[in-house]
Amino acid sequence: MRFESPTTTKAAATLLASESGVAHVLAGGTDLLVRMKMGSIEPDLVVDIKRIESLRTLKVAAAGVQIGAAVPAVRLGESDKLRSLWPGVVEAANLIGSDQIQGRCTVVGNLCNASPAADSVPALIAAGAKALVVGPKGKRRVAVEKVVLGPGRTSLARDEFIEAVVLPARTGKSADAYLRFTPRTEMDIAVVSAAINLTLSRGIVQSAKVVLGAVAPTAVIVPAAAKALIGTKLDDAALDKMVAACRAACNPIDDKRGTIAYRTKVAGVMARRAALIAYERAGGSK
Amino acid sequence: MPYETDYTNQGFTKVGTRVNRPDGVDKVTGRAKYGADANAAGQLVGRVLRSPHAHALITKIDTSKAEKLPGVKAVLTGKDFPDLTGGNRGLMDILENCMARGRALYDGHAVAAVAAIDADTANKALKLIKVTYKQLPHVTDVDEAIKPSAPIIHDWVRTAGVTPAPTTASNVAQRSEFGHGDVDAGFAQADVIIEKSFKTEQTHQGYIEPHACLATLGPDGSGELWVTTQGHFTFRNVCASLLGLEVAKLKVTSSEIGGGFGGKTHVWTEPVALQLSRKANRPVKLVMSRDEVFRATGPTSSTSVDVKIGAKRNGKITAATAELRYQSGAFPGMWAMFGAMTSFACYDLKNVKSVGFDVLVNRPKVAAYRAPSAPMAAFAVESVVDMLAAEIGMDAVDFRIKNAAKKGTKASYGPVYGPIGIGPTLDAVKNHPHMKRKLGKNQGRGVACGFWFNFGGQTCTDLNIGVDGSVNLTVGTVDVGGSRASLALIAAEELGIDYEQVRVTIGDTNSLGHNDTTEGSRGTFSSGMATIFAARNAVEVLKQRAAATWDIPVEQVVWEAGEARAKGKQNNNLPPLSLKEIAAKSPRTGGPIAGHNEVVADGAGVSFASHMCDVEVDPETGATKILRYTVVQDAGKAIHPDYVEGQFQGGAAQGIGWALNEEYIYGDDGRLQNAGFLDYRIPVCSDLPFIDTQILEIPNPNHPYGVRGVGETSIVPPLAAIGNAVSNAVGVRMTHVPMSPPRILKAIEDGQA
Ligand SMILES: Cc1cc2nc3c(=O)[nH]c(=O)nc-3n(C[C@H](O)[C@H](O)[C@H](O)COP(=O)(O)OP(=O)(O)OC[C@H]3O[C@@H](n4cnc5c(N)ncnc54)[C@H](O)[C@@H]3O)c2cc1C
Repeated sequence: MRFESPTTTKAAATLLASESGVAHVLAGGTDLLVRMKMGSIEPDLVVDIKRIESLRTLKVAAAGVQIGAAVPAVRLGESDKLRSLWPGVVEAANLIGSDQIQGRCTVVGNLCNASPAADSVPALIAAGAKALVVGPKGKRRVAVEKVVLGPGRTSLARDEFIEAVVLPARTGKSADAYLRFTPRTEMDIAVVSAAINLTLSRGIVQSAKVVLGAVAPTAVIVPAAAKALIGTKLDDAALDKMVAACRAACNPIDDKRGTIAYRTKVAGVMARRAALIAYERAGGSK
Repeated sequence: MPYETDYTNQGFTKVGTRVNRPDGVDKVTGRAKYGADANAAGQLVGRVLRSPHAHALITKIDTSKAEKLPGVKAVLTGKDFPDLTGGNRGLMDILENCMARGRALYDGHAVAAVAAIDADTANKALKLIKVTYKQLPHVTDVDEAIKPSAPIIHDWVRTAGVTPAPTTASNVAQRSEFGHGDVDAGFAQADVIIEKSFKTEQTHQGYIEPHACLATLGPDGSGELWVTTQGHFTFRNVCASLLGLEVAKLKVTSSEIGGGFGGKTHVWTEPVALQLSRKANRPVKLVMSRDEVFRATGPTSSTSVDVKIGAKRNGKITAATAELRYQSGAFPGMWAMFGAMTSFACYDLKNVKSVGFDVLVNRPKVAAYRAPSAPMAAFAVESVVDMLAAEIGMDAVDFRIKNAAKKGTKASYGPVYGPIGIGPTLDAVKNHPHMKRKLGKNQGRGVACGFWFNFGGQTCTDLNIGVDGSVNLTVGTVDVGGSRASLALIAAEELGIDYEQVRVTIGDTNSLGHNDTTEGSRGTFSSGMATIFAARNAVEVLKQRAAATWDIPVEQVVWEAGEARAKGKQNNNLPPLSLKEIAAKSPRTGGPIAGHNEVVADGAGVSFASHMCDVEVDPETGATKILRYTVVQDAGKAIHPDYVEGQFQGGAAQGIGWALNEEYIYGDDGRLQNAGFLDYRIPVCSDLPFIDTQILEIPNPNHPYGVRGVGETSIVPPLAAIGNAVSNAVGVRMTHVPMSPPRILKAIEDGQA
């Protein structure tokens, strides 16, 4: 196995493009190294991207946020400004693993690992995040929900990698929230999760995005749930409608982490609670 | 009994203090050497190939490609372990568990092993071994395994304990019955009878340190084994028997141990490592992965239990019965027997009967887990006790107090109790501030009791006094919970010297006579007893040396406060001689000063605990939060209160994990699906409240200081205490452990339906 730590994105792209065997990008390594240790992957080339200065930057402004692919999750929580703009994205990233894990892991790694239960992904999708993809042919910008195709599968070409994710400008009274259910308080993996992003005007929901995690092979955007909230002050009838839409959108599996019935039920519970948190954060009151 | 019977006011000056543990600095600085920390020149890496099938015939193993791989120094299969067991079926079970012999009996069963120059080569070699399997029908559930249609795990097993002896094979390896009186007559007198069935899933001890050893075995049949174990003498004896060695020629050294809880009382890969070393003629280091620890070491049984208890309206129990089915994995065990023995041990019952069935399934061989088998029985019994109290309209603690066993009670498993602590622990619960805390919405409180036998066993201890007066205490019981501190306190107490003057070492198998494994809460009880006697023997020598120095008869010398004093008027002018002074002179007064003791430490006092627990359940997700948890337990005498409390807290913490989330999950294919700490959920720190403790000291008359074992009992009540608390919180009786969120939510929904 070859280990490389290039200092430019171009060098990284060249390394990936010229490798004929199995190549992997290494960010925090909290997924990659675990899988290597378990023997489930045996890469021929590992490209560490943490030495690329531009990937280590976190730009936070109301006009937009850029999270470099080598920015560890802990740094998101350290930014007061980011926490006030995108509290849901931050709380999702700061639920990953533990302090130790967050000191290493990245949201881009979380995305590219393509687990249906990845915590930051529903929050990024709800936020309308875009991924900046680099490859030998140049750069492209793609919606985060287009990156993951299924468990462990992404739409990235084998010589492409993600440089950063960007969050759009914040307007009006907006806020997001993310909640997951885990049997343990930490060091656990979401059985189901919900991310909700709302914009209010005079306490009434103007726009909404509802995304569920761990209820299908990829994170699920639930437009019907968002629709149920728009035009309301999150009264019980609206919430009930949203919960029903969420449950209808669930397509989970029965496995060691939860049953279909349990996941479907609790997805609704998480969505309802997350919606109320986001609403309050956005300045709504009931 | 030759021991003192007066325990109170023994005037201890060292025992009962909270000194720092001698191994603490090494452990926090990383200097302590654990199982995987030993290395030898030229060592090889050992790895084991394991069956992916729950049950399969091994029709062929082709190791030729692996053997040809450069760097591979030895490859083993079952054929490399000749049967030296002399018809001893128990030994054969151990051997067959270490390495399959023609048949894989569970997912994870070892089928081959390699030793190679490095881990990469060893892993490559494993992939080159070609095993041809013919899959057989399997069964992993305890109730399914009893059904006549179930696949038979071993055709040689006939149910023991049944007359007439059965002539056909069964998965029920043993039936055992305990009790006395006439239960039918007792139930006829009852005003209220509650009958309920319960299930508990399989759990693992979850020690953080995986099994690891460094094995060296030469062609001359002598060898060494460095290993993480709770009992290096037992490991020596078993490995020697399996491999045809003389016990004296195999030196086994126990490393520091990163948790055992019963799981490190059995050999798993150690005979394999030794055999690899013999074949390769090089040292072999073998460290299990976490996946292997889960799949192929010894978790505790999953169970299915029916309990029936009847009582009068006045709260007196008239009869109690239990039928307990425990799976022991792919080899016979005695776990249901322990369940049957412990189930009603807390109560004073006229009519009682418990019947245990030990059941074979295609799962790893069950091993002890802290008070093995008692927690599951207590879960079922203490749940029914709560239901019965509620039905009668009596407070659940008062109901228990009314029926509690006491001195003179004939225990349901046979013996008549001496002084015991169940009543006092319940009284302490009743008066505990915990019980007065107000509960809010969705909150519930539960109380439960627990019992464990404890064990004494063979013990051999040396105490050697250095010329500077420092003391080496060498014991043969592995320190799994702070016993070195306790034993140093005991030696210091007996000799009248400072705690810091004593250094305790766990001796290897060549430096002491046989010591039984540290199990049955015996470490401080038995080695403590042997230390007292060894120290007293050393004191006799010290007195002789003083007498010789003074040239007076030894009868005129007494040992007080760490010095020899000459008694009698004629000796008034003789200043006392301290231990240090006598030690300094020892080269000229007869050589080194030592005390030894060999003993079968009989009379381990039984131990009781009562636990209180408050929980809050989220009714929409079924998630449980433990709000408060308090342990009250009888320690006999707490030699080192910190480590007694540590045992109380540790048992409660493990019990909380077991009660709420831990479980082995098998797929329909008979494969374990959660062989790792991500999906086998032991609690993390933030899952637990501060666990409060209260130590009671009801002396054990069979120990000079009144000590009882304390290590295990604390895991017995939690399943039941939490079960009662959750049931009270949600208003539905919980009957299936772990009470994971999906199970609780389903129970709530079913209860509403
Ligand atoms: C103890 C523990 C607890 C955990 N708990 C959680 C949890 O609670 N929630 C959760 O969601 N996850 C959890 N995880 C998983 C993991 O920590 C996260 O998915 C994390 O965000 C991965 O980020 P990373 O930077 O470490 O990724 P890495 O391991 O470096 O990479 C992950 C994958 O993405 C690829 N990759 C990384 N960066 C890029 C890039 N820029 N472009 C293209 N591909 C890339 C890698 O090649 C690899 O395949 C846990 C892991 C551990 C070990």
